[in-house]
Amino acid sequence: MRIRSSAIVMTVYLMFLLIPIYWLINMSLKTNTEITSTFTLWPQNFTLQNYVTILTDPSWYMGYVNSLIYVTMNVVISLTVALPAAYAFSRYNFMGDKHLFFWLLTNRMAPPAVFALPFFQLYSSVGLFDTHIAIALAHCLFNVPLAVWILEGFMRGVPKEIDETAYIDGYSFGRFFVRIFMPLIASGIGVAAFFCFMFSWVELLLSRTLATVNAKSIAATMTRTVSASGMDWGVLAAAGVLTLVPGALVIYFVRNYIAKGFALGRV
Amino acid sequence: MEKTQNNKAWFLVLPVLVLVAFSAILPLMTVVNYAFNDTFGNNEFFWAGLDWFEDQITSDRLHDALGRQILFSLIILAIEVPLGIFIALNMPKSGFWASFCLVLMALPLLIPFNVVGTIWQIFGRVDIGLLGHTLAALGIDYNYTNDPLDAWITVVIMDVWHWTSLVALLCYAGLQSIPQAYYQAAKIDQATRWSVFRYIELPKMKGVLLIAVLLRFMDSFMIYTEPFVLTGGGPGNSTTFLSIDLAKMATGQFDLGPAAAFSIMYFLVILLISWVFYTAMTNLDREENR
Amino acid sequence: MSRITLSNLAHSYLANPTSDADYALKEMDHVWQDGGAYALLGASGCGKTTLLNIISGLVRPSQGRVLFGDRDVTDAATTERNIAQVFQFPVVYDTMTVRDNLAFPLRNRGMDAAYIAKRVGQIAQMIGMEDILNRKAQGLTADAKQKISLGRGMVREDVNAILFDEPLTVIDPHMKWELRTQLKDLHREFGHTMIYVTHDQTEALTFAQKVVVMHEGRVVQMGTPEELFETPAHTFVGYFIGSPGMNLLNAEISGSEALLGGVSVPLGAAYGQTTGRTQIGIRPDYVTISDQGLPVTVKRVEDVGRHRIVRAEFQGQPLNAILPEGMTIPSDPRVAFAAGKINVYANDWRVAPPENGRGA
Repeated sequence: MRIRSSAIVMTVYLMFLLIPIYWLINMSLKTNTEITSTFTLWPQNFTLQNYVTILTDPSWYMGYVNSLIYVTMNVVISLTVALPAAYAFSRYNFMGDKHLFFWLLTNRMAPPAVFALPFFQLYSSVGLFDTHIAIALAHCLFNVPLAVWILEGFMRGVPKEIDETAYIDGYSFGRFFVRIFMPLIASGIGVAAFFCFMFSWVELLLSRTLATVNAKSIAATMTRTVSASGMDWGVLAAAGVLTLVPGALVIYFVRNYIAKGFALGRV
Repeated sequence: MEKTQNNKAWFLVLPVLVLVAFSAILPLMTVVNYAFNDTFGNNEFFWAGLDWFEDQITSDRLHDALGRQILFSLIILAIEVPLGIFIALNMPKSGFWASFCLVLMALPLLIPFNVVGTIWQIFGRVDIGLLGHTLAALGIDYNYTNDPLDAWITVVIMDVWHWTSLVALLCYAGLQSIPQAYYQAAKIDQATRWSVFRYIELPKMKGVLLIAVLLRFMDSFMIYTEPFVLTGGGPGNSTTFLSIDLAKMATGQFDLGPAAAFSIMYFLVILLISWVFYTAMTNLDREENR
Repeated sequence: MSRITLSNLAHSYLANPTSDADYALKEMDHVWQDGGAYALLGASGCGKTTLLNIISGLVRPSQGRVLFGDRDVTDAATTERNIAQVFQFPVVYDTMTVRDNLAFPLRNRGMDAAYIAKRVGQIAQMIGMEDILNRKAQGLTADAKQKISLGRGMVREDVNAILFDEPLTVIDPHMKWELRTQLKDLHREFGHTMIYVTHDQTEALTFAQKVVVMHEGRVVQMGTPEELFETPAHTFVGYFIGSPGMNLLNAEISGSEALLGGVSVPLGAAYGQTTGRTQIGIRPDYVTISDQGLPVTVKRVEDVGRHRIVRAEFQGQPLNAILPEGMTIPSDPRVAFAAGKINVYANDWRVAPPENGRGA
């Protein structure tokens, strides 16, 4: 009985999640005439024209490329600085550690809207405006604290005796960290990377504020097209569908770690 | 775990410190500078003291936005947290269907915020959206671009759609950590379904639930993109939340002084709430490790 | 309280078991007498826990019936069976106080408050927790938590049986002994049927009146500790019980003699024709070392306190002997077996001597 009722609950919930997404895909495969003139549950005049438009026009597809570039940069930077810091927090007491940890966390809680304008001025003044690295660095403000938090949770689960054994066996800190410690928390690194990717990929406000042309993200491209060319629903929907693809791929690769990762990393 | 005292650990934290200081402290100083000064351009500043703060604290516009913000955050927490727990309890425990549900549930979390807005913008429209069209066909007068209540309902449903899975996934992770023996013991003790939830599942979910509430509260308090795309803050100002108001003020009207004062107060409120949560969480950790 | 009968029972965790190996429990018939104290002994993964969960109703067997008294409970839910079970790792309700934990099974069954208070008091005294009844269970040590689990298992007086699934794994050695003694006292006092799963022979032999030995999903022998020691029904029992286990030597049986590679050993009883792989089994305790008998090569001698264990080899097969204190090993060591203590095995199962049943 219980199994059946939970199957119903899950079906209803998943339908709730998927129907709006289905509708977006449905739209993306219709012509604009069909969208505005008739109401159909699936495309009557099936077309890939909307996707062709996006994939052949550099002002569209460069948006994806730019987004992927700064997201990748952000994940790499965040993890590189977060790993040693998380190790320090998980293994040592040091002066001011608790305050520092809390301060880091508060940055995760900072509203992007508060930082948008100052960032704009800061990066303009150092000549980084409209570069990928500027957006990547700005996103670090949220992702580094989160990565430190997640990794610290995973590292706490690794017994300290492993460190000590490695030092006794004559490993240097660097070699121990890369050769022994990192493989042990591989799933934690995966989860942290997943979250960094997620927050950097979905963020709009900062990426839009910090780039105009060269590093313009797909999210920004989409919002501007809406206001500029009126309502080209088909292309807009197709662009939306294409933004789902990297996320779906990432989820597929980490699917076995999602639940485990959530649990171990406390997040 | 016993930690050793070692101040050299500072060197390991240094990169993070430099990076976050560059990204957080410098901009924050700019904000503070604006908040206490008035400017007419050309980098000339006049000390304005607490004027901007007084302006903002007494401004009806801020009060309204704050009121809407708090109401919104409370509503979505009241829906998403119980619903997330409920979904987590109903998820398959293992096997193919568990991964299947996990993957589909994680999907909304990885959609760019503006696309979430776009999805619901299209979905809710009366002329081309399934939701709007269906409601209209059922004779319900629904239009989220004109009617403030409809706009609110749409924004709330959109947020529930977007984020309930996060709460559910966190709770699911908490539930997964409960050994099978607990459920068996409960059966033998003749515990009711409610007792199992109350005394076994809920205590195990307490930690993750606190994180879920913290994340959802903070993120909903900062919500910007989704309602911006969906309603643009309207109709009127009915869905203008704090961040939308702030962005309008700063980048739309270039009222930098008031915007900066607004930012600082906004940030302080969030800081206060984070601190309360953080203290609660570390206390919980300590209790568990005792 | 009632007799528990397992009739024609078998279980597989697979939906469509094909071969014997797919079964976690192979077909068995077994009766647990009312009021008995049983130990269920076997190596890890032999099906002990599965059997226990079938009795408690947490697992439904793939075939066969479970009867409590004359009532068929195969499809009855755990709660209807009215049994108690204590698990390997402590299961306590963290947010409740120790008192509420102990009272929980009684409250769920709607007992009246005065009775609950009295009963909880008795149990708390027994497990030595009267002082901390009002404390939250969270944060107690593992053995304190396990004592609460034990207490919760015993708080109901009317249970059909109490099942213990290796309950003392997490308890430290000194407490183990104490708790086991308490369990025995309780059994004497209330007469509950108790089934105690363990892989530790000392625990099994000291706790139980009857020990049930399981091996690869089968019950290979049920008997008193003495029976298991003197006449193991299966080579596994011989090997698993005793320290070191029984010696097994390949042999040919001819009437009342066993031929070990040409050397003849008297068996103390005449046997009929045996088929398959034939072995004789002799406990190290019944092997004497002197300068007479079968020639062996001594490999190692271990001093374990009261006696020494001689690890030797006979015709390339390992042979252990217990050497009492004060005895020495001669320069040309030979061994002799106490005739009445030799058991004969064909394909691992004991062959009973035809005349007098017990071989001696």
